[in-house]
Amino acid sequence: MGKKAVIEGSMAIAIAVKQARPHVISAYPITPQTHIMEFLADFVANGELKTEYLRVDSEFSAASVAQGAVAAGSRAYTASASQGLLLMTEVLYNVAGMRLPMVLTGVNRSVGTPVNIQPDHQDTVLFRDTGMIQLYVEDAQEAYDAHVQAFRIAEDRDVLLPVLVCVDGWTISHTFEPVEVEEQEKIDAFLPPYKPLYHLDPKKPYTFGSISIDKDLMEFRYLHEEAIQGAKAKIEAIAREFEKTFGRYYGGLTQSYKTEDADIVFVAMGSIIGTLKEAVDELRAQGKKVGVLKVRSYRPFPVEEIRAALANAKVACVIDRAISIGFGAGPLTIDTQAALYGPNAPQVLPFYAGLGGKDVELKHVAEMVAKAEKAAAGEAVSAEPEYVNINWNLVS
Amino acid sequence: MTQKELFASGHRGCPGCGAAMATRMMLRATGDDVIVVSPTGCLETFTSMYGESCWEVPWFHGLFENAGAIASGVEAALKMQGRTDTKVVAIGGDGGTFDIGIGALSGMLERGHNVTYICYDNEAYMNTGVQRSSATTPYASTTTSPAGSHSMGKTRPKKNLAAIALAHDVPYVATASIAYPQDFMNKVKKSLTFQGSRFIHVHAPCPIGWGFDTALTVEVGRLAVETGLMPIWEAEYGEITKVRKIREVKPIEEYLKVQRRFRHLFASDAGKKELAALQELCNKNIEKMGLAGERKVTTDVS
Repeated sequence: MGKKAVIEGSMAIAIAVKQARPHVISAYPITPQTHIMEFLADFVANGELKTEYLRVDSEFSAASVAQGAVAAGSRAYTASASQGLLLMTEVLYNVAGMRLPMVLTGVNRSVGTPVNIQPDHQDTVLFRDTGMIQLYVEDAQEAYDAHVQAFRIAEDRDVLLPVLVCVDGWTISHTFEPVEVEEQEKIDAFLPPYKPLYHLDPKKPYTFGSISIDKDLMEFRYLHEEAIQGAKAKIEAIAREFEKTFGRYYGGLTQSYKTEDADIVFVAMGSIIGTLKEAVDELRAQGKKVGVLKVRSYRPFPVEEIRAALANAKVACVIDRAISIGFGAGPLTIDTQAALYGPNAPQVLPFYAGLGGKDVELKHVAEMVAKAEKAAAGEAVSAEPEYVNINWNLVS
Repeated sequence: MTQKELFASGHRGCPGCGAAMATRMMLRATGDDVIVVSPTGCLETFTSMYGESCWEVPWFHGLFENAGAIASGVEAALKMQGRTDTKVVAIGGDGGTFDIGIGALSGMLERGHNVTYICYDNEAYMNTGVQRSSATTPYASTTTSPAGSHSMGKTRPKKNLAAIALAHDVPYVATASIAYPQDFMNKVKKSLTFQGSRFIHVHAPCPIGWGFDTALTVEVGRLAVETGLMPIWEAEYGEITKVRKIREVKPIEEYLKVQRRFRHLFASDAGKKELAALQELCNKNIEKMGLAGERKVTTDVS
């Protein structure tokens, strides 16, 4: 058994990273990622963590330093948020294409303009097509667990891809919660040191970052897609192995909460899952058949799992904390609709909620359910996305 | 210097490519226990077509603007692995170093990683078709600073990147030219003896971009030095310890006349002002750096 303590979400992540024993950590400050890097700096200063901790000149360099370290055969970690993640974009495409298994935390925060330091997913969904694995967590405990798992997933010889662990800023990163922290020896057994398949070594010189032309670029893409599709089984297997070792399971690609007999199922990612679970319990007490499907892995996208979980549902309420401006729906809605397309699919009702940290209360969930109930009863309702808790006075 | 050829023949560089010469010399000096990092640029495209590679040493190309950061990460990893005998060297062009990569380079120098960063300076974005960079010599005609009835080419001075590197308080900074191979190779080798970050600016003429006969790369490089346009020096721990004296200073016109990129300066009297300005630039270099006459400082250990 590990040790349970009430700690900040950022501390839970910092401890998980420390226990992963990375050789290199690159840090560049951005709110609300800063606490993670400050805690890690403390560990280094106190002698608790032996690592090369580099205070770099930008997020672009933060991602690049970690990339160079992984290419040289070391485990490496970095973290950022919002604008900082956006600055990393070009590097992260490069890391993923080069199949380098680095792990980074995306502390979710909205993207300017207008500038906003509160959580939504506009920053990380940007990375949809990079070929990185993206995991979204619901609380501090899962943040701890997922970071330990992320290194295993990334470094799996059949995967070899970067993993972005997405953690809602403030709601998770700056909130104190009880978290069970495992013993170092058990983490070491679960997560052995990184053994690279290819790395920069004069004894066996490889060329990294070749130029590729029409005759082989598509073939690289094919292999990349194969790898991330193959990662689906690994993400699930590693989550199950974690459960066997540590007794906790927050889902693999998805996690279902009371969906078996549900007519109405929420589909969402991140910390809002906690609110939804609480709301579902309340609504169930009122006799309403509702459930929650947590999408934990946004890439690879769990098409089969979503289809299976919603097979008997009448309505899927998809909650997006980001907008694909110009499409008329959020990224999670678009992907869920695509996954469900076909006969017997439940009706999809899209909602924008929690953009820029906008509060989502239990009453808002109840309102969404009220709309879904009408749809479930065969009443015509608008399939246009609804802006939950919007202040119409400001926009009219 | 190693006699082993670590830069394989058959690369796709142009005939007379100064960057290829610099790279080959660099590897002679580093030997094979080295990891090389390059930013995007000519060197990357002509040495690494997938399925082939000119690199007999481990080589990493990331992006255009991050070679300094990639090299930092490699060096940090080697330190943690105890592989500190393996040297880390970065080599990139002036676009990837003077311009888009200067942030990552500055970060690397500031943090003091054990890396030698070499910039092969061919004075423009050659890979994309000879666009002006901050390393382009004033009044050169490039595809984005073309000479014309209202233009005398590039209007701004050349950025003094070696001085910027020096301002980071690093142990070793040097300039060199492919026209003086032994000097350049000695400097690469010497740089590797210092703990901390090292920076070498090596002038590498480009026959295509500058417009001269492909057989004249070394001669053009030598003229840049002999006119005082490209001062050759080295500095240890912030102090300039050695400058290459010019035995017989040549007028700048000798250098400019053999290159198509300066042709417009001679087309009419209109170019006289610019020619005078370039000569003045050389005169200032010679005076400021003490390039004329016999050697004064002789602390060279190479």
